Amino acid sequence: MAGIASVGAQRTLPAGVTSVALVALVAVGIVPLIGTSYLYEAILTPFLALALAGLGLNLLTGYAGLLSLGSAAFMAVGAYAAFNLSLRLPFLPLPVVILIAGGVAALTGVIAGLPALRLRGFYLAVSTLAVQFFVAWALNRIGWLSNDSPSGIVSAPRLIVAGISFEDARGRYLFSLAVVALLSFAAWRLVRSPTGRDLVAIRDHEIAARITGVRVARTKLLAFALSSFIVGVAGVLWAFAYLRTLEPAGFNLDRSFQILFIVIIGGLGTLRGAFLGAGFIVVLPLVLARLGAAMLGDGFDSGTLEMCQRMVLGTLIVAVLIREPAGLTALLDRAVGRLRGRAD
Amino acid sequence: MTQAASNTLLRVEALEARYGGAVRALDRVDLHVDAGEIVALVGANGAGKTTLLRAISNLLPAVRGQVTGGRITYAGADVGHSRTDALVRRGLVGVLEGRHCFRALTIEENLVTGGLGRGASRSELRADLERVYDLFPRLRQKRAIAAGLVSGGEQQMAAIGRALMGRPKLLVLDEPSMGLAPKIVEEIYRILAALNRDEGLSLLVAEQNVRLALRHAHRAVVLENGRSVLEGSAASLRGRDDVKAFYLGAGVAPRPAALALG
Repeated sequence: MAGIASVGAQRTLPAGVTSVALVALVAVGIVPLIGTSYLYEAILTPFLALALAGLGLNLLTGYAGLLSLGSAAFMAVGAYAAFNLSLRLPFLPLPVVILIAGGVAALTGVIAGLPALRLRGFYLAVSTLAVQFFVAWALNRIGWLSNDSPSGIVSAPRLIVAGISFEDARGRYLFSLAVVALLSFAAWRLVRSPTGRDLVAIRDHEIAARITGVRVARTKLLAFALSSFIVGVAGVLWAFAYLRTLEPAGFNLDRSFQILFIVIIGGLGTLRGAFLGAGFIVVLPLVLARLGAAMLGDGFDSGTLEMCQRMVLGTLIVAVLIREPAGLTALLDRAVGRLRGRAD
Repeated sequence: MTQAASNTLLRVEALEARYGGAVRALDRVDLHVDAGEIVALVGANGAGKTTLLRAISNLLPAVRGQVTGGRITYAGADVGHSRTDALVRRGLVGVLEGRHCFRALTIEENLVTGGLGRGASRSELRADLERVYDLFPRLRQKRAIAAGLVSGGEQQMAAIGRALMGRPKLLVLDEPSMGLAPKIVEEIYRILAALNRDEGLSLLVAEQNVRLALRHAHRAVVLENGRSVLEGSAASLRGRDDVKAFYLGAGVAPRPAALALG
């Protein structure tokens, strides 16, 4: 239902605008005043990068109904493209580097999307898996891509835009915030545009979309391009603002699954879903670690944490898929609705 | 029927189609629709009606089928060489069996999608929306509701309205009566007949409900086991004993040769 509500026109705009304004106020006005570098580095910056990746994947999987397991590959393409651009063309300003890197990821997305013209669902997922493995292979084999670094690990260039440095923890958070806000706005405009409706039409009924005059092939490739652009930029944030290093292992299949889980748990076909899901994925291990340490003391090491995390996540995904396909977004909507009902 | 051949909008000649390279679904089907005509395509389940309509919109490749023989021409051009969306822009618009609205989109968004397919401008869209709402006043009431949540009849109206937004010259409908209350079906056929009468919209309607189809159509083609076995004016078919017996359930006349199962 939440998927329907967020796509539909009946969602009241004032409420949406108020909540977005509220979030913006907290993110820009309050957080930078009270934030600690732990908050920025361990929670907010990875949250923003993952939320952006989730947003990108949601355009493809949530809106257009095209399942992809290659998100981490597109992140890697974006990150390594940005790295190489700033290394080899040092005169390019960072925003331009990010734009071109997103473009390279988009191009990769279009190529990865070609099988989608023939394949659907599970089969498509397998074909995007091939992209995931190919990119990992290429990054490991082609030394030029990582500047011939023997370990394959390279450090990211400094975040400087127009002479202003965003190098400290708060700066990197604000930089990510600006990029995410910009792209979220663009995505919001997109899903309300005719193209956004075409995406949903293809997801809801591809043959009916064809017979309605939707250019299905072009729209699918466009979905791959736009989604990969956003995911690629998320990769740049992940590498440049959060980790500050790049290595192929950071963009492995686990990352692809993580982003898919963000979208599923947050809610397919909703923009807010990516943020809710990413918040959940980032905060869950921290909460589990605190809880575990409080209950088990020293016996709760990182291995146990990892295991607990997987179990909780797995259970949750099964629960979400069975009980609430629209994910946390639907739960939130319902909670808000109940609160409003009580207030009236 | 006696119109000149140049008036023919759609022509299907000796069409053969298969699914998955093996199952033969159509076998030498002939049919034509002249401009301004309502042609009913009647036949039992599995006779090939849906396959034929899919072939006409060049949708068979999307369902793992293919045309293996014969040809379809729409407005003089071979359908096999055109993509479905290009056909829509040339005025050949279909309404699929089982309605198939985009569930998550509102009724109005569903309708608008139909207009966007042909690249309509904003003002054209607005005018066309008004026209569809005037034809189907129920849709105006439900315009802001997700299509997945309205009744079956309203979904069918939305699907037809969506097709009309593409400003078709030939509207191809697959069983618009399926699963709907007789009153709604009457309403839908009345509107379609009015569009034909007032605006000259040509219609090709596949229908299992033969009585209904013959009442509204000018001409009918009977399909059996993938073959077109009978063709004639609706009035003459209504009068034929064999059609009555076989499809309308009037008495127990012997099964005619023309309708015998191959």
